[in-house]
Amino acid sequence: MLEIKSVSKSFGKADVLRDISLTIKEGEFFSLLGPSGCGKTTLLRLLGGFDRPGTGEIHHNGVRIDTLPANQRRFNMVFQRYALFPHLSVRDNVAFGLRMKKVASREIASRVDEMLSLVQMAALASRSVTTLSGGQQQRVALARALVNRPEVLLLDEPLSALDLKLRQQMQVELLALQRRLKHTFIFVTHDQEEALTLSDRIAVMNDGVIDQVGTPQEIYEYPRTPFVARFIGSVNAIDGEIKDCRPDVIIVGGPTKRMMTVRPSRDGFRPLPVIPQGTPIRILVRPEKFKILKSAPGPEQNALDGTIREILYQGPVTQFFVQLRDQILIIAQPNTAVTARKGFSGGDKVFVAWAPEDCLLMGRDGPLPVLESPPVDPALSDAQLQLPLGIMEDVRMAGGVAQGG
Amino acid sequence: MSGAAWGRPRPKAPVAAKAMTAFAFLLIYVPLAALVVYSFLGPSNGPGTPDAGTLVWYEKVFSNTQILGSLYASLWVGLWSTVGATVIGTAAALALERTRFPGRGVLEGIVHVPLIMPEIVLGLSMLMWFVLLRITLGYFSIILAHITFSVSYVIITVKARLHGFDDSLEEAARDLGASPWQVFWRVTFPLIWPGVLSGALMAFTLSFDDFLITFFTAGVGSDTLPLKIYSMIKFGVSREINALSTLMLVFTFALVMFFFRPSKGVKTVT
Ligand SMILES: Nc1ncnc2c1ncn2[C@@H]1O[C@H](COP(=O)(O)OP(=O)(O)OP(=O)(O)O)[C@@H](O)[C@H]1O
Ligand SMILES: [Mg+2]
Repeated sequence: MLEIKSVSKSFGKADVLRDISLTIKEGEFFSLLGPSGCGKTTLLRLLGGFDRPGTGEIHHNGVRIDTLPANQRRFNMVFQRYALFPHLSVRDNVAFGLRMKKVASREIASRVDEMLSLVQMAALASRSVTTLSGGQQQRVALARALVNRPEVLLLDEPLSALDLKLRQQMQVELLALQRRLKHTFIFVTHDQEEALTLSDRIAVMNDGVIDQVGTPQEIYEYPRTPFVARFIGSVNAIDGEIKDCRPDVIIVGGPTKRMMTVRPSRDGFRPLPVIPQGTPIRILVRPEKFKILKSAPGPEQNALDGTIREILYQGPVTQFFVQLRDQILIIAQPNTAVTARKGFSGGDKVFVAWAPEDCLLMGRDGPLPVLESPPVDPALSDAQLQLPLGIMEDVRMAGGVAQGG
Repeated sequence: MSGAAWGRPRPKAPVAAKAMTAFAFLLIYVPLAALVVYSFLGPSNGPGTPDAGTLVWYEKVFSNTQILGSLYASLWVGLWSTVGATVIGTAAALALERTRFPGRGVLEGIVHVPLIMPEIVLGLSMLMWFVLLRITLGYFSIILAHITFSVSYVIITVKARLHGFDDSLEEAARDLGASPWQVFWRVTFPLIWPGVLSGALMAFTLSFDDFLITFFTAGVGSDTLPLKIYSMIKFGVSREINALSTLMLVFTFALVMFFFRPSKGVKTVT
């Protein structure tokens, strides 16, 4: 178990990491996801031992490691641009770590061979690494790290230099490799799709802080902040004001006369929070949760009316851009048996409908303001210490509901 | 604007430029060729005479123990000054390129001074310095002097190599368990080796044919090859000198051809 405890790091005046706490389990495929410059590489370098945290500690299996130099940690890193040794052959690159550890040469040979065939590079073992293609270099970099049987493998955007087809192929291979070797992988990426596909859990980073930690599904379906919602997939924002707040339904006044209703998610994972009347809030809706209709739906659905501005056929889905009074909604409809277009065309007056369960409630410019501090349930407070950040927030919200009801 | 120039065929060099180039080459190579040709001519002088194509001067060179002694001295001085300059220069280049310390900018500028400083000033100042320090003039002082001026060349070639060196290579080595010492010998050194080598070659050739600075710092009784040649021509130009110079020419040429074969041998990887 890898524990990052309140780690901060600044370069000069710039606070690159601010009070990061994370717990990564043994054998987990854990991704650090965030936009460029948010501090992912910096955090990974602290784990690898190339930099020291400014404040905070890092523990691995109960042992403090942030004070150890890189060559004394049983962690290995796959660098963003591979950093293969250009003066060595493929085989010597892979053998480098074992030679440093003075492993017997017979064992080195067999482990290197085994690893090279695992990454399908055995045939090119004596080639110079400078003559390899991007994908091949990638495999060598992986093999060079994995041959040491690291307790934790750190990967810094290892696939970003590859083209789409090869990237997808390498994703599958990486995942298979991780399942097979059961090492802990900490994988840095700014590609949200890649993170969703590969990870057991994801930490979404934003400007030096972690906004949310959770499984891909939690992150996508229940983003905790507008940033997370926007970064993972696209999202529409509809501003409103709380008119009524009950345990099972929240009524929101929106851009039209028709009230909007918000209900707990269908799986009960995210119950409704308690928010006082009159609070300005923002409802986020994923494009694919919308339906586009010719006539107004029944009262059990939310609806806004507008005019179609643009229809874009995109293969698996068709995108509609619908102009409301002062904003544009993006709606994605799957192209099932027939195309989603179904007789719609630009300029049509339409209704955009969605279910009350598909609303994500946020504050106007941040997470939902939690106005009353929820009661601390002694059973929960213990669990909170163990739980990662994102889930903790959800638990707190659940507590809030219990009190309100 | 510059976009328009892109892809345009290169203008042909004007005839005058070509002629000038040809003239410059002639200026360099005609005297050299003359020197070589005369080394093969017998005492009766001139091509076509019966003793043309003789190797008599070469035989004389190889049987002249004084010349051989000074050749040996030159090689010895060249070897040790190269070793000294290469070690110091490589370390200095690493320090200049890798670390930030006060006065680094000034130091980086100073590195270039020996390249443009008049040799006579360098030689004279070194002579005064050795006298001041009571260092006996001889091979030791020559070697020190040679190290002093050739170290700059090593610093420059090694620094060029270090510039743009991918630091993540060293981090990768550390990550794989290498100690700082192992990182240097297994990764850093093999990668900057071409720069070190060309610096060392430069240092050797500079030392091997240096006259002025050696002249000032040699004292009595220590003769390097250039000093020997100089003292020989004071008694009139002998054909032996042509032969000796031809040998030196061939030697340097071979050295350059061996180490700077275009795009072979030393591979450029960054
Ligand atoms: N050694 C350093 N000195 C000064 N600033 C640094 C240093 N390393 C990183 N930074 C700054 O810290 C911030 C975070 O950098 P980092 O490399 O961690 O970002 P990242 O999330 O990995 O981005 P990317 O996706 O582009 O790789 C950036 O603003 C960067 O300029
Ligand atoms: Mg990065």
